[in-house]
Amino acid sequence: MDTTYIYKLESKVDTVTSMRKIRVLVAKPGLDGHDRGAKVVARALRDAGMEVIYTGLRQTPEQIVETALQEDVDCVGLSILSGAHMTLVPKVIELLKKNQAADMLVAVGGIIPDEDAARLKEMGVRGVFGPGTSTQEIITFIQSHVSA
Amino acid sequence: MELVDRLLAGDRRACARLITLVENEAPEAQQALKEIHPHTGKAHVIGVTGPPGAGKSSLVDKLTQYYREQGKTVGVIAVDPSSPFTGGALLGDRIRMQERSTDPGVFIRSMGTRGHMGGLALTTKDAIKILDAFGKDIILVETVGTGQDEIDIIRAADTVLVVTMPSLGDDIQAIKAGILEIGDIFVVNKADLDFVDKAVMELEMMLDFNSGKGWRPPVVRTVANMGGGIEELAEAIQAHIEYLKKEGLYEEKRRLKVEMELLEVLNRRVVKEVLEKAKKTNEFDRLVDLILERETDCYSAAETLLQKK
Ligand code: B12
Ligand SMILES: Nc1nc2c(ncn2[C@@H]2O[C@H](COP(=O)(O)OP(=O)(O)O)[C@@H](O)[C@H]2O)c(=O)[nH]1
Ligand SMILES: [Mg+2]
Repeated sequence: MDTTYIYKLESKVDTVTSMRKIRVLVAKPGLDGHDRGAKVVARALRDAGMEVIYTGLRQTPEQIVETALQEDVDCVGLSILSGAHMTLVPKVIELLKKNQAADMLVAVGGIIPDEDAARLKEMGVRGVFGPGTSTQEIITFIQSHVSA
Repeated sequence: MELVDRLLAGDRRACARLITLVENEAPEAQQALKEIHPHTGKAHVIGVTGPPGAGKSSLVDKLTQYYREQGKTVGVIAVDPSSPFTGGALLGDRIRMQERSTDPGVFIRSMGTRGHMGGLALTTKDAIKILDAFGKDIILVETVGTGQDEIDIIRAADTVLVVTMPSLGDDIQAIKAGILEIGDIFVVNKADLDFVDKAVMELEMMLDFNSGKGWRPPVVRTVANMGGGIEELAEAIQAHIEYLKKEGLYEEKRRLKVEMELLEVLNRRVVKEVLEKAKKTNEFDRLVDLILERETDCYSAAETLLQKK
């Protein structure tokens, strides 16, 4: 039996929930090729101990929602720098609702003007993060919203 | 359990949640697995192993497409390594499977190893059972693919594919060093690149040298990103299934699997019970101290712990 296993068992004796991991989908909807930010965020979340499912570019809202459901993620993160957020994000939210998953935490990052950010939040997006956001802020946001 | 009923009725969210419970080693997971057991054993499980970048995910994608065209339903489990330091993981195999994600006949799940060695997560076997009970005809399992200790997959799969690619002399070495024994079928992917013939020939020679009686693993060429050679690969898989069945090995393999699993569960249970008791009284730490002081040794200490049970 390998030692990691024993350590795991040991920690389990102390805290029952030690194997729980926050799972996050980082997705790039639409035809937007700017993937630097999504990759930066994905790596930062991994380094914070989360399991990050990264699906690559050009995802349709249907693909994103279906992936989120199969992967049973705690948070759907959308990265959009193309300006198409007002059509793509509502579609994702609507599909989540249709699948009784409206409770899933949705976060959006990228180039989102303030007035659009406000409207997205009214639709159910819980966090909007623009250029220059520190990754720590994003990590803290997800951690606090998921454990709550 | 309500979740299990929903799983058996084909609810994919129940399937997803049950895998999460199993992964998290949640208290409810055991009960769920007990109830699921009678509904398992129908799927054919195909393991896909080989070094990173060889094309495992691309192959899984194209095999999934092939089986869907044959009218079969498919479950996929893709395992990637978790960081031993943070416990986090970047799970990127789905990048190659984008086109499958909205097919209702396909269910794909990514898993981190969560500290387990051997190519799979400790709970991957249970996740396979869930997909099996969910009714998937074929279950494809992609291993981490980092090294030579990928032996978990032989216990989890009915047929194991070892994927390699040409012009990586080192890879052939790696295959020599221990992976040769675990493959039922060898795939030389990226057959569009140079030196394919050389890679195939080397493999064939090693296999000839290695094989005794019984199944001689075939070597199949594929171009996974373009879908080349997939039909030949599927035929090789089918031939392996038929061979196992004809020789009575299908049942024998599954019996071995159950034996291993029962031992594993027992192992875990016993260790857990002993540790839990010992934790309460600090017995474990006290014995570790005594071993360090040369007052006792590990064997005697283990006996002491087992007697306290
Ligand atoms: C680098 C860059 C490119 C690179 C992209 C390389 C790559 N692979 O990513 C290249 C040169 C290819 C490029 C091309 C184009 N670009 Co450009 N590009 C930029 C630039 C200068 C920086 C983007 C960047 O990488 N930032 C660094 C990362 C780390 O920051 P970030 O993405 O913003 O991510 C942070 C946050 O937004 C947030 N975040 C991001 N994603 C997520 C996800 C989640 C889940 C969360 C929680 C948070 C989060 O957290 C991150 C960390 O702080 C921006 C200008 C700018 N200042 O943003 C323009 C910009 C985005 N580009 C723009 C344009 C127009 C284009 C082109 C259409 C140009 C053209 N006419 O050809 C093409 C389109 C390419 C395509 N196929 O989509 C415009 C977009 C305008 C708009 N949306 O209204 C911008 C804003 C420039 C401008 N001011 O006009 N571009
Ligand atoms: N030239 C070529 N590239 C391929 C082939 N199969 C896969 N690839 C590419 O090889 C890279 C790694 O593939 P992937 O399936 O992710 O490999 P994995 O790490 O083993 O899962 C990707 O860029 C694929 O597009 C092939 O047959 N020929
Ligand atoms: Mg892969």
